Amino acid sequence: MQFPILSVIVFTPMTAAMLILLIKSERKNEIRVTALAAATFALILSLWVYFNYDKAAAGYQFVEKYNWMPMLGISLHFGVDGMSAPLVLLTGVVMFTGVLISWGIDDRPREFFAFMFILASGVFGVFASLDLFMLFFFYEIAVFPMYLLIAIWGWIKTREYAAMKLTLYLFIGSVVSLIGALAMYWQSGLQTFDMLALEQAAFSPAFQKLWFPFVFFGFAVLGGIFPFHNWSPDGHVAAPTAVSMFHAGVLMKLGAFAALRVGIMLLPDGAKFWSPLIMGLALVNIVYGAFIAMVQTDFKYVIGFSSVSHMGLVMMGFSTLTRVGLTGAGVQMFSHGVMTALFFAAVGMVYDRAHTRDIPKLGGMVKPMPLVAVAFIIGGLVSMGMPGLSGFVAEFPIFMGIWQVKPLVAIIAAVSIVVTAAYIMLVIRRVFFGSMPAEFEGHIGTITAQDKVALVFLCVIMICLGLTPALMVPWVQTGVQHLLSLLGGA
Amino acid sequence: MTVILPILPEILLLALGILVLVLDPFWKDENRRLNLGWLTAGGLFLILAVSLAVARPGEEAALVFGGMLRDDWLGFVFKMFFLFGAAITALFMMDVEGVGRRAESYLLLLAATLGVNLMASAADLVMLYLAIETTSIPLYILAGFLTGDEKSTESGFKYMLFGALTSAVLLYGFSLIYGFSGETGLYALAASFPTLSLLALGIIFLVLVGLSFKVSLFPFHFWAPDVYEGAPTPVAGFLSTASKAAGFAVVLRLFMAVFPSLAANWSVILAILATLTMTVGNLIALTQKNVKRMLAYSSIAHAGYAMIGVVAFSQLGTASTVFYLIAYILTNLAAFGIVTAFGRVAGSDDMKAYYGLSRRAPTLALMMLVAFLSLAGMPPFGGFVGKVFVFAAAIQQGWIWLAVVGILNSIVGLYYYLTVLKYVYLYRMEGEEEEKHPIPLSRPYAIALTVLSIGIIAVGVIFGPWFGLASGAAASLF
Repeated sequence: MQFPILSVIVFTPMTAAMLILLIKSERKNEIRVTALAAATFALILSLWVYFNYDKAAAGYQFVEKYNWMPMLGISLHFGVDGMSAPLVLLTGVVMFTGVLISWGIDDRPREFFAFMFILASGVFGVFASLDLFMLFFFYEIAVFPMYLLIAIWGWIKTREYAAMKLTLYLFIGSVVSLIGALAMYWQSGLQTFDMLALEQAAFSPAFQKLWFPFVFFGFAVLGGIFPFHNWSPDGHVAAPTAVSMFHAGVLMKLGAFAALRVGIMLLPDGAKFWSPLIMGLALVNIVYGAFIAMVQTDFKYVIGFSSVSHMGLVMMGFSTLTRVGLTGAGVQMFSHGVMTALFFAAVGMVYDRAHTRDIPKLGGMVKPMPLVAVAFIIGGLVSMGMPGLSGFVAEFPIFMGIWQVKPLVAIIAAVSIVVTAAYIMLVIRRVFFGSMPAEFEGHIGTITAQDKVALVFLCVIMICLGLTPALMVPWVQTGVQHLLSLLGGA
Repeated sequence: MTVILPILPEILLLALGILVLVLDPFWKDENRRLNLGWLTAGGLFLILAVSLAVARPGEEAALVFGGMLRDDWLGFVFKMFFLFGAAITALFMMDVEGVGRRAESYLLLLAATLGVNLMASAADLVMLYLAIETTSIPLYILAGFLTGDEKSTESGFKYMLFGALTSAVLLYGFSLIYGFSGETGLYALAASFPTLSLLALGIIFLVLVGLSFKVSLFPFHFWAPDVYEGAPTPVAGFLSTASKAAGFAVVLRLFMAVFPSLAANWSVILAILATLTMTVGNLIALTQKNVKRMLAYSSIAHAGYAMIGVVAFSQLGTASTVFYLIAYILTNLAAFGIVTAFGRVAGSDDMKAYYGLSRRAPTLALMMLVAFLSLAGMPPFGGFVGKVFVFAAAIQQGWIWLAVVGILNSIVGLYYYLTVLKYVYLYRMEGEEEEKHPIPLSRPYAIALTVLSIGIIAVGVIFGPWFGLASGAAASLF
């Protein structure tokens, strides 16, 4: 029997959370060190899984299966394919950098790290689950700690409102999908929640058309699809830095990934039927999100809406149902996760020192914190899809995919690239360059060593991926191949 | 010897009650709380262990004592959880002013436990009615136990008036059943009501009135908030768990045994009642300012969720109801236990009193998080799995609209549970000096709450064996 590496990855944060809760709350440094150790461990394991995934063999690997409840066919079934392996890695990366960024949290760090790690376990669980029931189980675990993380440690002005809004939106979404999942379970007559078996269930087209929207849009709420994206900018802005990173970086991918895995993979005919609608909504996401981002004056809201816009690209990639489009969407999930984590980290660092996020009041931040400025610019270039960086690797195929299906949509969506470039440049100019307002002179401290490590780490990933797309594209392609076979296409 | 095995738990309960009563006069006043409480709780745990070891029913259900009781897994599973719930309640009662030092309170608790146990296995109308009364009368007294407290007196009195009225209606229904069939044995009655008639409908209506009161189903839920608020908190916890679950045991057994051929009809009635119960309970809970009242309304709503499994009328449906109740008993006991432990020190059940609890008592706050999230139906806690199973059962039988109603309701539920957690974790006490106002947990609370928290997580994570238990119980009805 091989080493159960996926279970270890999934349960490491959970175990660490329990350990952290056992440490006395005054011993803040021990808590931080334990958290960092656990995060590093999870990162190393997820790196190991990623690089040991056998691309030639493809399919689901590192599979583990334990019968959890044979009566109803529920099993603890883990495994990753080319789609989920990058996302497991992404979670490891964001968790690691999130801990580094949160080093300075002084109000009840014990609870903070414990809740964040419970969340991380849920996220790992969703990406690795091959059992529909367990997927929901982990999905909900990933949702509820968010409420406390935002409500307790968030931005005091909107945290209560935003936390409740976010939790209710996501909960509604997930239970709507749950109904769809239960309907699939009974309809299949297979008495199992195993997704590998359900993939082969061959539901009738009428059934698929009826239930696809339940499942897909229920999950897509967390993916931030228009018109259910409303929770996301509010939630991101209200959350503390590390939680915004987690949220925009990983959780939104959770929604997109679950929509793909449960919606498109299990109900492919439904996906074909509904894909024009998804494409339309995603187009609204992309263009509308970009325009709204441009008119924001709050630094963090700009990034919040840019996430909405970029997640639209992921959904757009899904809706093409073509090889290039799906591949682009898969890479975009990873690329955007790293990029937005970097953005939120940078915003958090500026805010922690300037105590304001109002763009007109900021300026000249490049002097006290040059590294943040550089990192933000790199992130900005990724966001615009500059060649040589990961954003290009992700977005270019998506646009190619759309062009194959609906050239007109591609043209409209391309407007967003221009708008994105505009707002990113505006923000860079106003926040980091220009003259520093007098009240900040001498008050803006430098960033800590932990912050630097996190920023450099995130930048390096984006650059490496941009220079050598072969570090990720082949993985995603094996996943897409499987998806296409389910869709009945080439 | 084998003859008495099916009622071994009841015999031991009676013996324990007598022991409490006999030993009480010999104890000095200062030892009383400890001795009585530990004796009752320890005794109950012992009975639980002994019953689990020797009194398990056989594969085949059997009618015993001239058809008065049915020795089956449904009854047994419920009995074990009632014993567990009573033991926990005894622990909670120990440190409650005016309750913990008096032998009567423990004796009444044991008597009520005897009653709920009999309710779970009664297979004859006469036995059933007696069991219901054996449960109710001690609970009327317990609810009004704090005679110096107006609210408690009101609570006991209100409970008794409502209880007496509905039990009279129930008895009327029973008498009609007997009058038209000449039978009192539940399992002999199955053939008596083969088709829908005005008479059958009338009987179902009368019986439902009586049982709706026990499980606090709309529109017979009015008593619950007032009674829970006034009663000593551990008693409210017992009322909302063991007593309610016993009501469900009766509903399951009675409807499946007496009216199986009318299932299509009564399940519609129950579906409507479940919908109203969930909705009314949740909507009113939203507006509550007192934690005990909120928990009362939430427990009304939970009766609605559990009813979904009964409506589904299938083996899975019954099993999911039993599973739901198992999770619910653990969770709600924990919730009331936390309120007891907190209210004892803070002297208030007002939601405002909970501000800053996470800084005053981090462990208690964490347990509250576990209990409330389980009530809200979040994994990895028992409530989540329970809800998924009842919804799954409903969808299997084509009750999709009912599952949707249940899900919409659980969103409302999530809102108010999170609101309380917000007070606990986010808000500060006046003056922000939480460290100076700790909430110490005495040993009985620490033990009971730890056991319950572990139980909630165990049911929520390792749900296979618990569901096996619930399906075993369900199989004995089909």
